[in-house]
Amino acid sequence: MTPVKCYPPKPEKVYFFGTCLIDLFYPEAGMDAIRLLEREGVEVLFPEDQTCCGQPAYTSGYHDEARAVAAAQLGLFPEPWPIVVPSGSCGGMMRKHYPQLFAGTDLEAQANDVAGRIHELTEFLVHVCHLQLEDRGEPEKVAMHTSCSARREMGLAETGPALLGQLGGVELVEQERAAECCGFGGTFSVRHPEISGAMVDDKAKAIEAAGAARFVTSDCGCMMNIGGRFEQQKKAVKGEHIASYLWRRTS
Amino acid sequence: MSVQTFTPREFHRQAHDALGNPQIRANFRKAMDGLMTKRRDVFSDWDLETLRELGANIRLRALAKLPDLLEQLEANCEANGIRVHWAEDGDEACRIIRGICDSHGARSVIKGKSMVSEEMHLNAHLEEAGIEALESDLGEYLVQLNEQTPSHIIMPAIHLNTDEISEILHDKTGTERSRDVDYMTAAARAQLRERFMAADVGVSGVNFAVAETGTLCLVENEGNGRMTTTVPPVHIAVTGIEKVVEHLRDVPPLYALLTRSATGQHVTTYFNMISSPRKEGEHDGPKEVHLVLVDSGRSRIYQDDELLDTLRCIRCGACMNHCPVYTRVGGHTYGTTYPGPIGSILSPHLMGLEETKDLPTASSLCGACGEVCPVKIPIPDLLVRLRRESVGEGRGNVAGAGVKRTRKEAAAWKGFEWMATHPGVWRSGTALAGKLQALMPAKLAPWTDYRTAPKPARASLHALVKQHRRRQQTDGSEGENRS
Repeated sequence: MTPVKCYPPKPEKVYFFGTCLIDLFYPEAGMDAIRLLEREGVEVLFPEDQTCCGQPAYTSGYHDEARAVAAAQLGLFPEPWPIVVPSGSCGGMMRKHYPQLFAGTDLEAQANDVAGRIHELTEFLVHVCHLQLEDRGEPEKVAMHTSCSARREMGLAETGPALLGQLGGVELVEQERAAECCGFGGTFSVRHPEISGAMVDDKAKAIEAAGAARFVTSDCGCMMNIGGRFEQQKKAVKGEHIASYLWRRTS
Repeated sequence: MSVQTFTPREFHRQAHDALGNPQIRANFRKAMDGLMTKRRDVFSDWDLETLRELGANIRLRALAKLPDLLEQLEANCEANGIRVHWAEDGDEACRIIRGICDSHGARSVIKGKSMVSEEMHLNAHLEEAGIEALESDLGEYLVQLNEQTPSHIIMPAIHLNTDEISEILHDKTGTERSRDVDYMTAAARAQLRERFMAADVGVSGVNFAVAETGTLCLVENEGNGRMTTTVPPVHIAVTGIEKVVEHLRDVPPLYALLTRSATGQHVTTYFNMISSPRKEGEHDGPKEVHLVLVDSGRSRIYQDDELLDTLRCIRCGACMNHCPVYTRVGGHTYGTTYPGPIGSILSPHLMGLEETKDLPTASSLCGACGEVCPVKIPIPDLLVRLRRESVGEGRGNVAGAGVKRTRKEAAAWKGFEWMATHPGVWRSGTALAGKLQALMPAKLAPWTDYRTAPKPARASLHALVKQHRRRQQTDGSEGENRS
């Protein structure tokens, strides 16, 4: 469990770490997160040299490679502003595993400093921005899928649903086994495709059975997995990153 | 039912078979759902985090003092009249147990539940020596009748449903086919009762071995543990060296965590504390009690300050019950004595990574196991550590380290490193997307067996942010519409 955090007052500026999945596949989700932050009066700094947090190599056991990639990110946040990450998975990597990865190295202090400033997007919107939302969208039944990293590694099971709960037109439906993994797990999905496939099949069925027209998640890995399953099964249920969903319904 | 053998080497094939078996899928899903609900309900009025912290610290303290505590345990057991034996590995433990049996001319052994005895294949060893070993835990009994191995460390026959159990008892023991659980339990109980009375030796496991008092604690629900340890004239307890705790007062918190985490029970039906053989003037109890302490790779785990956490385990099985992978493939798929998350971090030490290389990767790292572990073993971190060992980037402290390293995959991750440390390269848009796909592990194709492939966006976030900034500069306004 992540220790209880003392949240800072809303800062003038934040750094935004977009994550590689958003950069490559879902850039609009990143832009919508930036728009949400800017609408709250926070200046968003986007370090141009950011690439990937290094997690794919880390979870695959290639820690030397992961450390090199992570080291290339550490210097991108020189000012003491919070670092907002629109993913529990990458956020968890940076907050929890960077200190482990750099323990005993020259970069230990810098890694600990960066880790201490990491905020997952919904966490930042709820606990730092105290975001208030006014829903302008049509009534809709929505299921929230909180990623395992957001839920367990970062202890953020409540922030996503709390934001969706502010949207008057949205009925948040309860899916069976909401806390169970969708089966993505990064390289797990390609190393153990049949098990991963069985997991995402169950997850998609649970969301559909809950009567959701849409599922919303704060992690693009889960979105790619569950959304890709729905699409392959030619189901009408769509997935959307929570940043896009919030921006779309309130702008 | 045909007899199947399972091996961790065949994890993928076994997983494929299990996933395609609706009976296995349904049996495990139903059982694990029930166990998760029971655990959640039974802890609902407890300060679980404080209790887990306490449990973890008790185990950590015991491990920190392990060598001393083992000596203390030996001295106190011996002073109580319990004879202590040390076994370097499973084979030696089997020989010790067989030797004790031989010295009494024993022909039949009745067994309480012991995973360590499964780990060292004690039954097969005794049978080779002409000694019959009969399991008395109901689940173990069914599994033995069916010539299988346990599929769960707490509930060995969890893979079987009522109809299958009825069929096994009918086939092997001649009971009527029935869906009446009480009838079947009573029948098995009657069969076993006779065997208890006739057994020459009882073999049990140990849940907690208390160093300061030389007491062996045994947690169970069926009374078979008490029968095993009190009816036959000789009782042999066998356990891994990590089961020792320092004080008697360490037991209640661990027991509270164990029963609630395992089966969602406030207490078990039986809690046995064995502190000596029958004393003079006593009318029952075994005349001899032996304790066999088995190392079997545990002291090697102990040498590594990170892997050491594996030894905290109190064998509750909660990690299995909450594992989405275990729930889908079942226990036999792992092909190891200990299945599920704890098995995936323990088995590589017992069997080597060459045999078990697919187990540490058989996890989405969802963290459910670590979240429920009553002694807070960082299971996901240890899975990652073993992945490091598998690809040769660990400390080399696990047998078979480096077995999974291939030049191709190592080169792919070097390529990933190179790109992700060269931001200019990274930013080269769609060309980059193509390159990144080439870097994924070779088995990318299965992704699309279950899902559509994601499409790289036409403009990356880097590009969109640049456009956004330009627009902000020209507009001089913050309120803009979505493009």
